[in-house]
Amino acid sequence: MNPFDGEMRTSSEEGTEQEARIDRRTWLTEVVSLVGVTAAGLITPALLPAEEGASPAPTHVPGRGPSPYGLRAEGETVQRLTTATHSLTPHQSLHGIITPSALHFERHHNGVPSINPDRHRLMMHGLVDRPLTFAMNDLVRFPSVTRTLFIECSGNSGHEWKGPTGKTVQETHGLMSTSEWTGVPLATVLAESGVKPDASWVLAEGSDAAAMTRSLPLTEVLKDALLCYAQNGEALRPEQGYPLRLVIPGWEGNTCIKWIRRIKLGTAPFMTREETSRYTDLMPDGKSRQFTFVMEAKSVITSPSGGQRIEPGFVEIRGLAWSGLGSVRAVDVSADGGRTWHPTQLQAPVLPRCHTRFRFGWHWNGDETIIQSRCTDETGYVQPTRTALVASRGTHSFYHYNAIHSWKIDRQGNVTNVSV
Amino acid sequence: MCRSSRATSIILVLGLLMVSPSISVAEESRYGLGLLVGEAAIKAWDIDVNPTGIGLPPGRGTVQQGAIIYENKCAACHGPTGIEGPKDRLVGGQGSLTTAQPIKTIGSYWPYATTLYDYIFRAMPFTAPQSLTSDEVYALVAWLLHQNGIIPKDAVMDARTLPAVTMPNRGGFVSDPRPDVPIH
Ligand code: HEC
Repeated sequence: MNPFDGEMRTSSEEGTEQEARIDRRTWLTEVVSLVGVTAAGLITPALLPAEEGASPAPTHVPGRGPSPYGLRAEGETVQRLTTATHSLTPHQSLHGIITPSALHFERHHNGVPSINPDRHRLMMHGLVDRPLTFAMNDLVRFPSVTRTLFIECSGNSGHEWKGPTGKTVQETHGLMSTSEWTGVPLATVLAESGVKPDASWVLAEGSDAAAMTRSLPLTEVLKDALLCYAQNGEALRPEQGYPLRLVIPGWEGNTCIKWIRRIKLGTAPFMTREETSRYTDLMPDGKSRQFTFVMEAKSVITSPSGGQRIEPGFVEIRGLAWSGLGSVRAVDVSADGGRTWHPTQLQAPVLPRCHTRFRFGWHWNGDETIIQSRCTDETGYVQPTRTALVASRGTHSFYHYNAIHSWKIDRQGNVTNVSV
Repeated sequence: MCRSSRATSIILVLGLLMVSPSISVAEESRYGLGLLVGEAAIKAWDIDVNPTGIGLPPGRGTVQQGAIIYENKCAACHGPTGIEGPKDRLVGGQGSLTTAQPIKTIGSYWPYATTLYDYIFRAMPFTAPQSLTSDEVYALVAWLLHQNGIIPKDAVMDARTLPAVTMPNRGGFVSDPRPDVPIH
């Protein structure tokens, strides 16, 4: 069933390149029938044979030479969905757990700054023994750490509070992505400045036009926050904070300050606009929850998902699950609107505070139904139903929506976003 | 290239010295990296203002002065009276937080007046952030607080008066009680 089987065969094996090519075409056709008219409908069935006919068989002409920086294959056009303030990851078209850097979601509050890394400095001051500035060279010299982690905007699925809103999983869950992040522990750099005993809060500030600023509790960020300069093996993408960003495993994306240039230690939260007016969760009684950092356990079926169409017969239900509190312990899937649940297969590695890929082999008999996934994390926390979540928090909190997501499949196989 | 090979050899040496790099600040683990930074350089970047008023610069502004600056530099995006938009609504909404249509504004939602100074200086006007003088920011803060019915028309905002302003929703925030949703 591996769609890449054909491509991965070498010519010394029994499969010929011709076969490989056919395998690939079959796979693309499958995807097309699965994907239907989504954003990925850029590959249309009619296009394929014509294109292949037009160019000479690849076995008959020399291919192009090596290139200094690779591009994806021609015709592969999966992309982020952009608005003025953010862009969304196309999870319906992705495999595994790593989000390609070019497809990692964006959220910025006044654009992506253009920063010369040689001139970039990180300043550490306030309640420290030695106020210091660090150049990128300095930061790269510290002992480094690499971790694969999700980043989820606390507004991911935010419009779903009001009921099913997004058409595709890109629209409902596109404000999250996973990368392999490399950097230096914030604790290591703080130790270089020496933290005064009365310090208890950290102010982190970006050097973008929003000068994005959040207050973070010192004891928490000492545990595992990273100052990252690399993403998926290369320098950060500009929109991910180039040349330096904070990554706090499991916390809402806004705390992972991008383009970070200043860290100040103090004795209390600084009460910036982004932790008072914004990123606070309004409850039905008119009170708002503040400093709601953790992204609780959540999951979503990415295939089949909204906007796709399936055929009766075997369907592998695929999705992502994650928890800001640790590792995913289990993901269950329901194919009858939540009446019965079935354990799914979790793809190793199952990493803490990271996307986990789950799969469930299903046979669709052609009847109308609703498919859902439910994540349980290592703390025993179970992803809530929409009803339970709304009963607790109302519908005005905007942030931290993590309810079980429902996709309806109609008799034609069309998948749409619904609530149950 | 030279930079990275130097970094690699230093990392190798450090790797031998400290088998597991400590992430505890209690431990004295210094690498001799970074440059000491002087007061002047710190001041140039140290723009935050906290609720006690620390960080507020000298300067002052009145409601009347603020009205003129607002009209010139802000009204196009936030509306002539701070209500109309098209961008974030800044005025009104008090009493709406428990209704079906909560309206979050400075007057209805913001817990601290000092945050206004901090945010307007750091991020507004949207097309020219960090371009306002301290007198201009104090004046805009005065006008916005007056529009929201929080300070009188003749109030003057400065480093002493601003932190003393009590915001209507000051008691509106609680700490994170999660996990809060019962397991079904
Ligand atoms: C070009 C349009 C534009 C102009 C001009 C502008 N703003 Fe804004 N303002 C915005 C946008 C957009 C936001 C929301 C930014 C965000 O959420 O990151 C905003 C947000 C704000 C907020 C925060 C609102 C809240 O409730 O959190 C305040 C206060 C504010 N502006 C004040 C001002 C003042 C004062 C001026 C004039 C000096 C000004 N703005 C000029 C576009 C503008």
